[in-house]
Amino acid sequence: MIAQSFDYESPGTIAEAISLLQKYGDEAKILSGGHSLIPMMKLRFARPGYVIDINNIPGLSYIKEEDGYLKIGALTRESEIEHSGLLKSKYPIFGDVSKLIADPSVRNMGTIGGNLAHGDAANDHPAAMLALRAEIVATGEGDQQRVIPIDEFFQGFFATALKPDEILTEIRIPIPPEGSGGAYHKLERKVGDYATAGVAVQLMLDYGVCTYIGIGLTNVSALPLRASRSEEILLGKTLTDDLINESAQYASEDCSPSTDLRGSEEYKRAMVKELLIRMVHRAMDRAVAE
Amino acid sequence: MSKKSITLKANGAEHNVIVEPRLLLVHLIREVLNLTGTHIGCDTSNCGACTILLNGKSVKSCTLFAVQANGKEITTIEGLAQGGQLHPLQEGFKECHGLQCGFCTPGMIMRSCELLANNPDPTEEEIRWGISGNLCRCTGYNNIVKAVQYAANKMKGEAVTA
Ligand SMILES: Cc1cc2nc3c(=O)[nH]c(=O)nc-3n(C[C@H](O)[C@H](O)[C@H](O)COP(=O)(O)OP(=O)(O)OC[C@H]3O[C@@H](n4cnc5c(N)ncnc54)[C@H](O)[C@@H]3O)c2cc1C
Ligand code: FES
Ligand code: FES
Repeated sequence: MIAQSFDYESPGTIAEAISLLQKYGDEAKILSGGHSLIPMMKLRFARPGYVIDINNIPGLSYIKEEDGYLKIGALTRESEIEHSGLLKSKYPIFGDVSKLIADPSVRNMGTIGGNLAHGDAANDHPAAMLALRAEIVATGEGDQQRVIPIDEFFQGFFATALKPDEILTEIRIPIPPEGSGGAYHKLERKVGDYATAGVAVQLMLDYGVCTYIGIGLTNVSALPLRASRSEEILLGKTLTDDLINESAQYASEDCSPSTDLRGSEEYKRAMVKELLIRMVHRAMDRAVAE
Repeated sequence: MSKKSITLKANGAEHNVIVEPRLLLVHLIREVLNLTGTHIGCDTSNCGACTILLNGKSVKSCTLFAVQANGKEITTIEGLAQGGQLHPLQEGFKECHGLQCGFCTPGMIMRSCELLANNPDPTEEEIRWGISGNLCRCTGYNNIVKAVQYAANKMKGEAVTA
């Protein structure tokens, strides 16, 4: 399958990339890992006239803690996330997510920035970002940075809050206090499949009381979904099995999955419930082990 | 649409070619460089038959444009044997019956190359996860896993048995 013809640009700076975006407007697409964009171009679902490859812009790939935030550069590859010592030791939820994204060769190319900017509710990072209450840093004209809270980022089917002349440059996560833990799991039919359903949980325990909770769901609604009722019922409480069950029940009611080859609506709701229970327990174990 | 001049190293040899930006890397490899050991199976990023190394990392060359390899180094299955001597992975696949039709084999081997470079002593589970993006319609994978273990042992200088 061959993509429609396009012109290729590979700017060396963000400023140059932004001016190209301004020049070409709607006709331009950023290329990061290309592992969502290129398949769509080959199928001609996407037909950009200009592809702006940002891989030659230095300084967009890093994982570091700074100023109270965990900061991840937009061009950081999934394989770097999967094998990062810092993430493994302090933020194992990232390993949970990356390991389940496609396969090792796809992960050598795919980037976290692209995964979020694609705005696909089937992708796995969005749910974890909701759970962690991440902030998206968008860079625009004159190197101006705009910080977008994750709850405002996903706006529709493949649509995000990024402006046409902005580039997603960084993901920021407030460093969770001690006693925090997170976990993600998705049910997939085979390696490389998108989620039948996925649940991300990040929580904090203070003498057994839940003082922070974030829950995000993958591929069970049009947009990546925050399970708000499920969060509210857990916050400030001691997490008993009954309470966790009730929280999971809410999520299974509040999502809106559709029946497809991956399963029926009913099955997906049941899986959201079960995964939520399991992820709360795994996050609690990790919060205690920290 | 303007063509681009790109320079890349393929199996050690430098090439300068002029390409349409939409040319896929796998088509450059097969049709311009005439390295037809790299196969196209699914053409949809799933099967791994087109796997090559780009600067030492395994990638699915049906899901990159050739222009993305500008200034980089690629290794294909043709680049593994040295001085008429099979690479330990090639030898392992041969000795352990790691292939039947052979369609998936170049991709399997290139993927396994990176796997062993990162992890010279993988467990069976690590091998299975490691090749999880490469599909084989023939072997049932068991002998592929054995072939990778054979190569790992050989590369560590240990005695090998098929
Ligand atoms: C076989 C296969 C299986 C997959 N399975 C999964 C899976 O299970 N889970 C999952 O989450 N993903 C999966 N993916 C998708 C993969 O993770 C993609 O890499 C990811 O969705 C997009 O990231 P990218 O860096 O490749 O972005 P690209 O494909 O380069 O870009 C995607 C979109 O985002 C835009 N964009 C990219 N970067 C930026 C930026 N910095 N600023 C602004 N806009 C930008 C592009 O213009 C494009 O519209 C799979 C892909 C394949 C090929
Ligand atoms: S041909 Fe590239 S992954 Fe199948
Ligand atoms: S040997 Fe035939 S597909 Fe693997």
